[in-house]
Amino acid sequence: MKDEQQLPEAQQKKKGVSRRNFLKTVTGTVAGIGISQVINPALIQALEKGLKRHPVLWIQGQGCTGCSVSLLNSVSPPIADVLLKVISLQFNPTVMASEGEIAMENLYAIAEEYKGRFSLVVEGAIPTAADGKYCIVGEMNHKEISMVDIMKEMGPMAGSVLAVGTCAAYGGIPAAKGNVTGATGVMDFFKANGIKTPVVNIPGCPPHPDWIVGSIVHLLEKGIPELDDDGRPLIFFGENIHDNCPRLPLYDEGEMSATLSDPKGCRMDLGCKGPDTYADCYKRKWNSGLNWCVDNSVCIGCVEPGFPDGSSPFYEPA
Amino acid sequence: MAGCKPQAEPAGAGKKVKISIDPVSRIEGHLKAEVTVKGGVVVDARVSGGMYRGFEQILTGRDPRDATQITQRICGVCPTAHATASALALDDAFGVELTDNGRIARNLILGANFLQSHILHFYHLAALDYVNGPETAPFIPRYKNNDVRVPKEINDVAVGQYLEALEMRKILHEMVALLGGKMPHVAGIVVGGATEIPTREALDAYLVRFKRVKEFILNKYVPLVYLLAGPYGDLLKQGVGHKNLVSWGVFPLDNKGNTLLKPGVYTDGKDYKVDPAMIKEHVKYSWFKDSTTGLNPTVGKTLPDPTKAGAYSFIKAPRYNGKPHEAGPLARMWATNPALSKKGQDTLGVKNFRDIGDAGFSTLGRHVARAEETALVAMAVEEWIAQAQPGKETFVPTPIPKNAEGLGMTEAPRGALLHYVDIKDSVISNYQITSATIWNANPRDDQGIRGPIEEALVGVTVPDVENPVNVGRLIRSYDP
Repeated sequence: MKDEQQLPEAQQKKKGVSRRNFLKTVTGTVAGIGISQVINPALIQALEKGLKRHPVLWIQGQGCTGCSVSLLNSVSPPIADVLLKVISLQFNPTVMASEGEIAMENLYAIAEEYKGRFSLVVEGAIPTAADGKYCIVGEMNHKEISMVDIMKEMGPMAGSVLAVGTCAAYGGIPAAKGNVTGATGVMDFFKANGIKTPVVNIPGCPPHPDWIVGSIVHLLEKGIPELDDDGRPLIFFGENIHDNCPRLPLYDEGEMSATLSDPKGCRMDLGCKGPDTYADCYKRKWNSGLNWCVDNSVCIGCVEPGFPDGSSPFYEPA
Repeated sequence: MAGCKPQAEPAGAGKKVKISIDPVSRIEGHLKAEVTVKGGVVVDARVSGGMYRGFEQILTGRDPRDATQITQRICGVCPTAHATASALALDDAFGVELTDNGRIARNLILGANFLQSHILHFYHLAALDYVNGPETAPFIPRYKNNDVRVPKEINDVAVGQYLEALEMRKILHEMVALLGGKMPHVAGIVVGGATEIPTREALDAYLVRFKRVKEFILNKYVPLVYLLAGPYGDLLKQGVGHKNLVSWGVFPLDNKGNTLLKPGVYTDGKDYKVDPAMIKEHVKYSWFKDSTTGLNPTVGKTLPDPTKAGAYSFIKAPRYNGKPHEAGPLARMWATNPALSKKGQDTLGVKNFRDIGDAGFSTLGRHVARAEETALVAMAVEEWIAQAQPGKETFVPTPIPKNAEGLGMTEAPRGALLHYVDIKDSVISNYQITSATIWNANPRDDQGIRGPIEEALVGVTVPDVENPVNVGRLIRSYDP
């Protein structure tokens, strides 16, 4: 549990990627996408002197694990560096070695030890109906602990909360029309339960790994990033997709795609929700910058608070 | 610190001890296992799915085409499989036949994610049951006595491969994204085919990445799995289960129904053709309304009843011909019975998959099946890259029918997957999903018969009730 002391500087260098190189990759990426302010020279010096890894407890509610999987696609820095050099991931059901009571005891022990300082990452929605029974996170002393229980306990203890993915941020798919589970996002849940811990929403279904890692680094080094009215960092969610789309000139000229497989044209007539969506996918692109939804077919507005109901039907113009 | 606090002291060999593991980690979703141990062996087991979202209710009333996007969100590890099942169900309902290039594009999207999922599963989900990670979170804490039996040199090699596999699975997601738009949750699979017509450039980018991954699969992943058979040989003898298998088949090779991995049912030692009418979903021990038990998915209902007495899981209990069946790579390889990889033939001294015999039905046998399948699918992906035609149409636009129903049967990396859609007045009136983990991790059926993982847990050795390592090993061998 005294994890920070177990990767001394000397040991890290042997592993191949020095802290200096890691920083180059971080600053390189953020500079390349116009957010060089995320990391300032003072921070770089501080990191080079040996930053302790930040304790992160990552809880999963009603989700699909897609946000955890998306994080694994982080390129700069690579996920191995995120895990071994930036954060101390003390609880994440998808990757942690431990299971059962050992895992649950560690979760509570770390929360106690780093009270007010650890970051709580929430993936998935919180089902509030049926006494929380629609999502059980684990068991301690023969008692089942629901997602509702754990949010009530851990929420006030955390220094900050990152609601990763549209489910955790706004309820997402589990909260869509027709649901019976009372699924809700973190901010609404906190409001209803009088929990005051600051929340950063990192929506997306799933979020881009840069949005997750970038927000964590910002939080650690510069504090809570500037947020929009929906609680999202403006550095990633401040720009409208349609207004910045490389296909905008085609729209202006009235060149519209005829079918979903038409490589040319603006996608608006096919149902593209770019005009109602705020995210930097248009320049960041996905999976190491190789492709994105609009070049492939249409944007379905997955980062927006109304997703999926607000953008459904996905293949009809708004 | 007790690993999982036993409810009674582990006294004499005759005494029963109950162990509860919640959460079972390194899986997709929320799972709890309760086992009863007597004399160092599991004598009874219950497996519970602890989460419900209600996709069936959420889909009702929507534009049918939206199902392909929404159902991907069932599983972030295998969204391409849900996209495929949904698109197949809609292809059926819309009455559309794919172009060859559309079929191949779908195979390339799904195929890359099959490889991604199997590599992720072995290295990042299962391997920590057999080797020790570095002495730092998230690799600690772990069971105090975790029964790791490999020497330090092999452990170091495996940890090195764990890190390399992170890169490999990222590259495989890049391959998915080249044709699918992004991953997880692809934009590119839709009713009528695939949205992105492959360019020469995209296919070349796909191929160059594929070559690295193929090297890794053949020279590292497959050999490492066989290497574990040495120190963990006893795990080829436990975790047997009901020995009944279902595979719906996957990766169409033409428009006539021929697939790379074959469909087939294996019940009580005999082979049968797949007949979807034989599927019935029981809910006596599941938190769903008793009035909905015993239904075929085409007339299925999913109505939760979270306080139902006697129930213990949000997973229904599907039965084929009235019996529990396991799904996954073992079922597919058993149905297909291909020649093993060279490494497999050399190590085991047999030629085809079925020659492995009973050892296939075991904790480690399921890992062997998955690794062999990875090599087989990789070879096929290489052929599909060559078959894909740059610039040729991949998509057939088709209007939404007013009233129609459709069935989509395919395979997720973790096993048989079925989507059923009923369209009335051009919107979804009923949508039912029977996924792989529903087949494997289900509770007792209406007759009180244990589900596949529950049955396979019986007989698993637990010499130390404080550290029930073999329980997690068995459960993870199914990739739930």
